[in-house]
Amino acid sequence: MNIHEYQAKQILESYGVRTLPGTVAETPEEAETVARSLDCNRYVVKAQIHAGGRGKGGGIKIANSLAEVKQHAETLLGMQLVTPQTGPEGKRVRKVLIAAAVEIKKEYYLAILLDRETSQLTLIGSEEGGVNIEEVAAQTPEKIIRTQIDPAFGLTEFQARAFAYKLITDPSYRPIIPNAAALILSLYKAFIGCDCSLVEINPLAIVTTDNELDIVALDSKVNFDDNSLWRHPDIAEMRDPHEEDPSELEASESGLSYIRLDGDIGCMVNGAGLAMATMDIIKQNGGEPANFLDVGGGATVEAVAHAFRLILADENVKAVLVNIFGGIMKCDTIANGIVEAAKQVELNVPLVVRLEGTNVELGKRIIAESDLNVQQAEGLSEAAQLAVTAANSA
Amino acid sequence: MSILVNKNTKVIVQGITGRSGRFHTEQCAAYGTQIVAGAVPGRGGTDVNGIPVFDTVAEGVAATGADTSLIFVPARFNAADSVMEAAAAGVSLIVCISEHIPVLDMVKAKAYLKAGNFDNPFIIPNGPPRLIGPNCPGIITPGECKIGVMPEFAYTPGNVGIVSRSGTLTYEAAYQLKRLGIGQSTCVGIGGDPVIGTNFVDVLRLFEADDDTHAVVLIGEIGGTAEERAAEFVKDEMTKPVVGFIAGQTAPPGKRMGHAGAIISGGQGTAADKIQALKNAGIAVADSLASIGETVAAVLT
Repeated sequence: MNIHEYQAKQILESYGVRTLPGTVAETPEEAETVARSLDCNRYVVKAQIHAGGRGKGGGIKIANSLAEVKQHAETLLGMQLVTPQTGPEGKRVRKVLIAAAVEIKKEYYLAILLDRETSQLTLIGSEEGGVNIEEVAAQTPEKIIRTQIDPAFGLTEFQARAFAYKLITDPSYRPIIPNAAALILSLYKAFIGCDCSLVEINPLAIVTTDNELDIVALDSKVNFDDNSLWRHPDIAEMRDPHEEDPSELEASESGLSYIRLDGDIGCMVNGAGLAMATMDIIKQNGGEPANFLDVGGGATVEAVAHAFRLILADENVKAVLVNIFGGIMKCDTIANGIVEAAKQVELNVPLVVRLEGTNVELGKRIIAESDLNVQQAEGLSEAAQLAVTAANSA
Repeated sequence: MSILVNKNTKVIVQGITGRSGRFHTEQCAAYGTQIVAGAVPGRGGTDVNGIPVFDTVAEGVAATGADTSLIFVPARFNAADSVMEAAAAGVSLIVCISEHIPVLDMVKAKAYLKAGNFDNPFIIPNGPPRLIGPNCPGIITPGECKIGVMPEFAYTPGNVGIVSRSGTLTYEAAYQLKRLGIGQSTCVGIGGDPVIGTNFVDVLRLFEADDDTHAVVLIGEIGGTAEERAAEFVKDEMTKPVVGFIAGQTAPPGKRMGHAGAIISGGQGTAADKIQALKNAGIAVADSLASIGETVAAVLT
C-alpha cells in the first residue's frame, strides 16, 4: 500500500526522523494559513499524489511570500498533474504540502528495502541525491553504498554510524555525522515498526537553518507490506481511495485479485501465474487483455459473479475469456458458477470459456446445455484466438 | 528415484484441524502419503481420521518419527512461527502452504532456519532444515507422495522435474506433459512470495544430481531476479536439458500481479529480461503457455 508524502512525513517524524516544518492543506486559504504558521519567508508548495517525478511535472513550486503560496496552491489544487510516472492522463491533486524552504548544501539518497536474493533488509545510500536512483545504479553503480541488516540483530548503531561516514565524505560536514547516524536508525525503526516494504528519503539533505548545519528528510516515500496491514489498522486507514482504481479497490475488498489494463478482452482465470500467462497468450494472438483477474482456488458462484461484474464494468471490454484449470475445484462446479453468474449479471459481450481438469466433460456439458451465448474452446491457443476474433468483430 | 520426498517420507501436518488442513490432509493420505501426525496447540490427544494430533510439533516428531512438516496454519495465526517450531522440532523438510505471511516475519523465520538454536541435537548432522514456500502448492513425487494441495490427476510418474513459482501454471504444465505421455520425477512449487525458503537454483541442483530426472521445466514469472540466477546456474553447472517459461510479458510495471513477489519495480524483474537470460543460458523457452508440453517433448527426443 502507498501513502502520500505528507503521511510518510508524519510517520517518519513519529519515529524521530528529522524533517522540515510543514503541514498539508486542501484549499488555497488553508495553504496560506499553514504558511503563516511556519516561521520562515520562503516556502515550498508540493502537490500530493501517489507518483514520483512531481518536480518534472511542475507539481513542486517555490513561493517567496504568503500571497505566492496561495497562488501556487490555487494552481495545483484540482489540476491533473502529469509526471513521468502518472501516464498521460495524470493524477488529480487534492492536497498540497506546505513546508519551509531552506538553503540546501548537499543532497543524498537513503532507503531501506528488502533484498530478495539474501532475504534480508538492505540499507542503500548514495551521494547522488535528489535524482532518479535507478539511473544512478545503472550508470554509476560505484556511487551506491549498501549495508545488509541481519534480522537477528537488526541495524546496529555501529553499522548506522559506519554507513553515515561512507555516505557523507565531505570533511566540512563531519559534525553532522552523529545526527545522520541517528536518522538512519530512526528510519530503520520506522520500517520495522510499520511493517514497511520500502522507506525512501530522496533527497536527504544537509541544510542550514539559522547558520546551523542540519540533516533532514526533504521528501520521503513509504510503502507497506499488504500482508501486514491487518496488524496496523492506523496505517490501513491512511489509504487514499482517490489514488486507486475503484474496481481494484472493490476487488481487493472482496478477496479477488484484479488489475485493470488498457485492452478490450476481459479475463477471468484461477491462479495468479495462469492469469498472467493467459494475458500473454491473448497478446500473442493479436489481442489486448483488459485486465488481470485471479478468482482464486475456491471459485464460488459469488466470486465468479463478482468477477464478471468487475470485468463488465470496464466499458472497453468487447469479449470475455474464462480460463479455468479445475483442480480441487471441479469443472462442473465452475461451470455452474459461470451459468449462475451470467444470469445475475447482464452478459452483453461474447464469452469464450476454456475448461480443463477435474470433471471437464461434465463442466462442458453444463455450459453447452445452458442458453448462454458461449463459445467453448478445446485448448489455450484456440481460446485466445476465439476471444481475439470475438473482440475484433464486436 | 525423485528429489526431497518419496514413499518413505513421514509427514506431520501443522494446522490439521482447520478446514483446508483437514481436507488436504485427507487428499494427501488418499494419494498414499504417510501422514503420521498432526500438531495443533490445545488439540493434543485428539485425532483426525485416526491421525494422532499433538499440542506441539516436537511431541509429534518424538512420538511418530515424522521427518517432514506440512503447514496449513493461517498467516494470522503466525504461520512464520510455525515454520520455526517445525525447525526446532528437528524435521528436515518444511512445506509451508500458508499465504499472506508478513514479509518481515518470513525474513526472521528464514534467518532462524539458518542459525536457530534448535532443541533437537539430531538436526546438526544433517544441516539446517529445508523450507519450501510459503505461498506455494507444495511438492509431489507422482505415484509415491503428495505433500501439498495440487490436483493429483495432472501428474503421472516419469522423468521430468518441474520447478515453479506458480501453482496453477505447474498443474497446467504437468497436465500438458501427461497428455503427451511424459511423466514427472518430482514437481516443486517454490512459492510466489518475495521471501521463500528454497529457490530455483536449490531445486535445479537437486534435479541435476537425481538419476531419474532427465530434463527439467522451470516456470518463472515477473519480479525479482531468481530466474536470472537460475539461468546462470544452468549455464555453468547443469548438463540436463532445461525448458523455461516466464509468465507476465503483458504485466504493467509497479503492479502486484496476484503473487506478492510478482511485481516489476524500478524497471527490474521484467519478463523480457528473464526470457533473454534463459535463452542466453541455452534454455529452450516455450514462447506460449500452450506450448510448454511440446517444447519439453522436443528436447527429450
